[in-house]
Amino acid sequence: MPKTIAEKILSEKSGGEAKKGQIVICNVSWAIAQDGTGPLSIHRLREAGINKVFDPERVIFFIDHAAPSPKKELSNAHQQIRSFARETGAQVSDFNRGVCHQRMVEDFVNPGDLLIGADSHTCTSGALGAFSTGMGSTDVAIGMALGKVWLRVPSTIKIEVSGTFPPGVYAKDLILYIIGQLTADGATYKALEFCGPTISAMSMSDRFTLCNMSVEAGAKTGLIATDEITREYLVKQGRGDRFREIVADPDAEYEQVLSIKANELQPMVAFPHTVDNVRTVTQAAGTKIDQVFIGTCTNGRMQDLQIVAQILEGKQIAQGVRLIVTPASRAIYLEALRGGIIEKLINAGAAVTSPGCGPCVGIHQGVLGDGEACLSTQNRNFLGRMGNPEGFIYLSSPATAAYSALKGEIADPREILTKK
Amino acid sequence: MILEGNAKKFGDNISTDLIAPGRLFHLRNNLPELAKHVLEDAEPNFYEKIQKGDFIVAGRNFGLGSSREHAPAIIKIAGIGAILAQSVARIFFRNAINVGLPVFECDTTQIDAQDHLRVDVLKGTVENLSKGISLPFNPLPKIMVDILNDGGLVAHIQKHGGFKL
Ligand code: SF4
Repeated sequence: MPKTIAEKILSEKSGGEAKKGQIVICNVSWAIAQDGTGPLSIHRLREAGINKVFDPERVIFFIDHAAPSPKKELSNAHQQIRSFARETGAQVSDFNRGVCHQRMVEDFVNPGDLLIGADSHTCTSGALGAFSTGMGSTDVAIGMALGKVWLRVPSTIKIEVSGTFPPGVYAKDLILYIIGQLTADGATYKALEFCGPTISAMSMSDRFTLCNMSVEAGAKTGLIATDEITREYLVKQGRGDRFREIVADPDAEYEQVLSIKANELQPMVAFPHTVDNVRTVTQAAGTKIDQVFIGTCTNGRMQDLQIVAQILEGKQIAQGVRLIVTPASRAIYLEALRGGIIEKLINAGAAVTSPGCGPCVGIHQGVLGDGEACLSTQNRNFLGRMGNPEGFIYLSSPATAAYSALKGEIADPREILTKK
Repeated sequence: MILEGNAKKFGDNISTDLIAPGRLFHLRNNLPELAKHVLEDAEPNFYEKIQKGDFIVAGRNFGLGSSREHAPAIIKIAGIGAILAQSVARIFFRNAINVGLPVFECDTTQIDAQDHLRVDVLKGTVENLSKGISLPFNPLPKIMVDILNDGGLVAHIQKHGGFKL
């Protein structure tokens, strides 16, 4: 039977022929949770009288959402995580290490793995040819205990991209465009497979951005076949020996094929309060903003910070705009520091915070005031997301965000990025 | 299993940020307290308005967004008997079943606020007693019915020692 990437990995992990629509029980490679969902996983395990995990090396808790802790209740939740980890040997990626999804791709996930995570953007790791999906605390708790999960094998939507991006247009614009096309529930229960010449030429950083946002179309995961770029990334991260070819069979069955020409795309902006509410930057231009946030598991990587520094270097952000930059991980922070990027950002007027989720989920470090608008490189703009239901969140690429910070309103980065 | 109660109506795309907002992140270890804020950003004082056994009746894509299981957990704690929606986001769907909160996909356009409903889980129907109509819902996969019947995923695993297909 010819298989999609999802069917291939789930066949291997269930030890049978996994065909779309089937319910299978799979062995998990990694079970992870973060500081917002992990304490409930631990509670479920304790409730069930389970005090060990299936493989301490493969169970990881991330302290990233409220890091460093802004409240005693959250400090106590962090304590629960650390003490459970001490008891069971499970791993902790502590408050100084960065966002779970970035850390998973930097240091853990390999092609062909099956990752379940108590965080919806767990799908980020799909860019490494791994089946990775978000679930709740209880599903992940049981995965941590048994090393197993039940899954319905998803059908797959193939997204074929050809052509090169015009200057000022990036992977983030592509995925915003795709979500606008599919809508916020267009891929519910399904997998997305990104392929075509544009994807083959794309850096891992950009591939992570695409897979990260697959869930915003409702998808169970986003997947990309492995290739030389995957291999080079793994070599750089010290896991070159773990490279495997993971590709779909040529005659695999897809539920739908979406073909996109990258050269026809424009910078995109998602308007409040849904991610599929996308318009072109031309339609958005002139919208006043109070805050710009650059970071998160979507766009807080080195390549993103480089683009931002390139736009901001030697300039000052507009009066009345707050610019917050949060590197996605400690490794990225250090690399940006060594490369002089952090200094450029600070000189331009940015506040650079410690690695983690930053203000993305409304806990701290940049909660919006009533009526304020924020342009963010994050993946979600739901009402209340940045801590205030009276706030307005727009989503864009790092380039659009940086240029808009200079202008004090949403602005088209193509005005300065004529050459790539 | 027969469930009976009145409809509380919501629209499309009710996110987990609306059900259990991030600004109340610090209450996640205190679900009864968090439950008092359930859906308050979508409808002020919603918690006060719930009669035990009421149904949340929503449009498309209910529960989209974050994986926070606290969302279905506090809906259940607040006294809601089940969720009926045009469609339900994937992670929320699993989470609801895992915490023992029934959730069904059916044509909710035929239900108005305060309609009196009776859900027959085995027959797979929602009867709108106020309107005298019967609406079928998509049957759950067997594993979800088993988990629901066992009282949630933890109880299911304790009973069978693993997943029972
Ligand atoms: S950065 Fe934002 S979207 Fe990513 S894991 Fe953290 S809170 Fe979630």
